[in-house]
Amino acid sequence: MSFDLLVSHYNYWIVIFLMMVGFYILISRGNLIKKIVGLNVFQTSVFMLYISMGKVSGATPPILVYPYGEGDVLYSNPLPHVLILTAIVVGIATTSVGLALAVRIKEAYGTIEEDEINAIEARTEAAE
Amino acid sequence: MSAHLPILQVVVPLLAAPFCLFLKRGRVAWGLAVLASWAALAIALALLDQVMREGVLSYAIGDWAPPIGIEYRVDVVNAWVLVIVSGIGAIVSPYAMASIEREVEAGRIPLFYAAYLLCLSGLLGITITGDMFNVFVFLEISSLSAYALIALGQARRALTSAFRYLIMGSVGATFIVIGIGLLYVMTGTLNMADLAQLLPEVWDSRTVKVAYGFLTVGFCLKLALFPLHLWLPNAYTYAPSAVTAFMASTATKVAVYMLLRFFLTIFGAPFSFDVMALDRVLLPLALVAIASMSLVAIFQVNVKRLLAYSSVAQIGYMILGLSFATVTGLTATLLHLFNHALMKGALFMAMGCVMYRIGSVHINAMAGLGRRMPWTMAAFVVGGLSLVGVPLTVGFVSKWYLILGALERGWWPVAILVLLTSLLALVYIWRVVEAAYFRDFPGDEQTREAPWTLLGPTWALVALNLYFGIDAGRTVQIARQAAETLMAGISP
Repeated sequence: MSFDLLVSHYNYWIVIFLMMVGFYILISRGNLIKKIVGLNVFQTSVFMLYISMGKVSGATPPILVYPYGEGDVLYSNPLPHVLILTAIVVGIATTSVGLALAVRIKEAYGTIEEDEINAIEARTEAAE
Repeated sequence: MSAHLPILQVVVPLLAAPFCLFLKRGRVAWGLAVLASWAALAIALALLDQVMREGVLSYAIGDWAPPIGIEYRVDVVNAWVLVIVSGIGAIVSPYAMASIEREVEAGRIPLFYAAYLLCLSGLLGITITGDMFNVFVFLEISSLSAYALIALGQARRALTSAFRYLIMGSVGATFIVIGIGLLYVMTGTLNMADLAQLLPEVWDSRTVKVAYGFLTVGFCLKLALFPLHLWLPNAYTYAPSAVTAFMASTATKVAVYMLLRFFLTIFGAPFSFDVMALDRVLLPLALVAIASMSLVAIFQVNVKRLLAYSSVAQIGYMILGLSFATVTGLTATLLHLFNHALMKGALFMAMGCVMYRIGSVHINAMAGLGRRMPWTMAAFVVGGLSLVGVPLTVGFVSKWYLILGALERGWWPVAILVLLTSLLALVYIWRVVEAAYFRDFPGDEQTREAPWTLLGPTWALVALNLYFGIDAGRTVQIARQAAETLMAGISP
């Protein structure tokens, strides 16, 4: 792999880095809030993937240039941005449901650390 | 009116959901939910009828012509899945009234029906749409409402189960979005029919293969294929009974449909089986799922969890059918989608009746229940026999086609394994039957049969189990036609 390829695809490297960071937090952290933060970083990396692939090199943002319909204007692709607008809304909804669950877990168990919750669950199961 | 059936299929439950929120009284919200889910079933049956007579239906949303606009595309395959999902929705919703009043606190009941209808419309939306990104949007609608529904369970472990499902489900959905994005990069379109035409030109690109990988993992998480099933057992165990009955019969089925739609219609059978070797990846996973999860189910003491593990095993059967890569195998998969919805729905609803009366589904708490709740336990026995695959039940029809598919490929060890694992199902069903019929009833003398509002829907499903087990001609015909459609790929 040549150095040029590495540099010219820098957006993908950022995406991959964010994705791995998010995924690692998601897997390795036991704190439920941190898990949600990890999930957020993970999802954001996908937003970046979509947004950066809509960019056409040398193109303007997809806003009509005056005079309309005359001359050759190169626009970036707006569709991925629109898709990601939807995905961001979905991400917010997921985060809020996750946080709401974390609040209720805190009320029910008194902790949001996964290993402590597991210990409590194991104790109640043994008691049954 | 009939021209707009495809959009009404989704819009009717979707619009009914916020109305449920505004209705303060649980019973009124319930009435609306029942109406909406029966309307959805009527629309799905009308669509299936129309598709069987006239072929593929295409509906352009807002009159924006595909491939630019969003297209709803109904063929035999998704008309079939629509009937399964809305049919289960229509049977579970009347059942929900008594069951939910017992298991969910009164103030939350309208919220429950709103989430229930959202989940239903999300599942129907995934099934009907012909647009890739739309699949993701509906997937999240159904998943988010499913997390909320599971968290409504009585035990506090419902919360942790819902949280775990949320994390794993979101990772799965995000993997699916990555796959969709990579496909969009390569083709510049999101319309499934359009993609099916454009993809063969870029088969060789690594981007398409990576997209395929991401999609595979995403779908397998959503459909709970071993070893990505870890969210499922607890979610099904601690969710309210009506939710478990609904989810077990629909959510994983729709995920299997998504997998079939993406890998056979969009990528096409030649790419999936010859280039990506999907069948050779799925076959061992399916076999391990069937064998190990049936074994795990045997050792469960909570009957809902026992049935949940059995669900993971049954999903293995569906994937096994797909991994034969033949029309017969796919017929078995599509038949089992329907048949498993019927049997698991009936079993979980019988457990809901038990929960209603004795407040527990522990196997020891069910001792001697066969004499106290004869109709409930009889429903469980018939559902269980169907799960095992005894002739005259739907389970037999699925197993028959699965074994035919295996023998057609000459894989007789697989056929033997299917038979042996059916015996494992017999063992875990027998444990419950033994407790219910051959032990003394230690509990309260007041324990009576469940009310008819619970028994009615349960027995409706049991009757369907028997009806389609005896007269399987129609279901087999539709499933085979759907399998042929999938294997043929999309026609221009």
